[in-house]
Amino acid sequence: MTRIKAVFLARYGFLATAITLIVVGLARNEQQEILHKAVKICLECIGIG
Amino acid sequence: MSGMHRNRLKHGGLSFQRVIQLLSAALLNGYIVGFQKGKIYTGSFKTVCVPVLNCYSCPGALGACPIGSLQATLGVKHHFPFYVLGLMMLFGVLLGRLVCGLLCPFGLVQDLLYKIPFHKCNVPKKIDRPARYLKYCILLVLVILLPAFAASKSGIIPPYFCKYLCPAGTLEGGIPHVLLNPQLRKVAGVLFDWKLLVLLFIVLASTIVHRPFCRYLCPLGAFYSLFNRFSFFQMHVDRSKCVGCRACERVCPMAVEVIKNCNSAECIRCGKCKTVCPTGAISWGFTGNVTAAGVKAVDTADKV
Repeated sequence: MTRIKAVFLARYGFLATAITLIVVGLARNEQQEILHKAVKICLECIGIG
Repeated sequence: MSGMHRNRLKHGGLSFQRVIQLLSAALLNGYIVGFQKGKIYTGSFKTVCVPVLNCYSCPGALGACPIGSLQATLGVKHHFPFYVLGLMMLFGVLLGRLVCGLLCPFGLVQDLLYKIPFHKCNVPKKIDRPARYLKYCILLVLVILLPAFAASKSGIIPPYFCKYLCPAGTLEGGIPHVLLNPQLRKVAGVLFDWKLLVLLFIVLASTIVHRPFCRYLCPLGAFYSLFNRFSFFQMHVDRSKCVGCRACERVCPMAVEVIKNCNSAECIRCGKCKTVCPTGAISWGFTGNVTAAGVKAVDTADKV
């Protein structure tokens, strides 16, 4: 297998993995965890608490 | 007419990079009411991570910061962050570090700071090369390992990177909230002073060295750099047109050896090399299909 093919396989492999991870994350309702964290002022993030 | 002059004329004095950076910063932080009232956006857009380091506690932020979200998912629930990691991988495999060069608001801040007429310094290679690995250590230790495995009595692990290091959080979130909210001003203590000090250090360093935070510290840049070689968006040097003048390398903010490896992990795809190339040998674009152009682009990276 040439290196060029390997790069293209990696490219589409990563794309497929990324989409799979997003779908699994959505199925586990992880987006709500993000929302829960992101809608409050994160005092630690801004250096207060 | 030189390439740079041509590029600037098209956008009324601003370069293509600057136009995109300004648009991105405005779009990602478009919640104007937040700046007026010292509050943050709480709508459903915040379920989505933006591709850049943009604090979700910024009064204007419309989306979630991927690094903050990653630490929150790992630190609070201690489970594998499928959704955040998937989004980060998607941005990485599509764009690579184009995100850093064209979309990141903190990158824009550093670019503008470097324009301040002050002594400029090229970091010696002996220091520069090993120091660039620091961002990978920060990604691994502060963003992944500590939130995932450190234990605390409460069971909630603080977002170490955001809490102790992130200058974007201080600039976009901390300072506006402390200015707009008297109650927060009262409780700001040693930690806030420390974060101001970190921000000040990076601001000063940015006037001397081009993009020091992106080069040495940014964990998100470190993550995307892993995909530069594989991403759909690729840089390409046409060797038949290249005259070896190295104008591209002199203008590169990340000190990339453009001719040798135009898709280096350090390339932020800002397009400066493309703009200054006198022969138009450098191009960029999406190379999704296995076409001749696509193969050629990858081949350029492979030859290094």
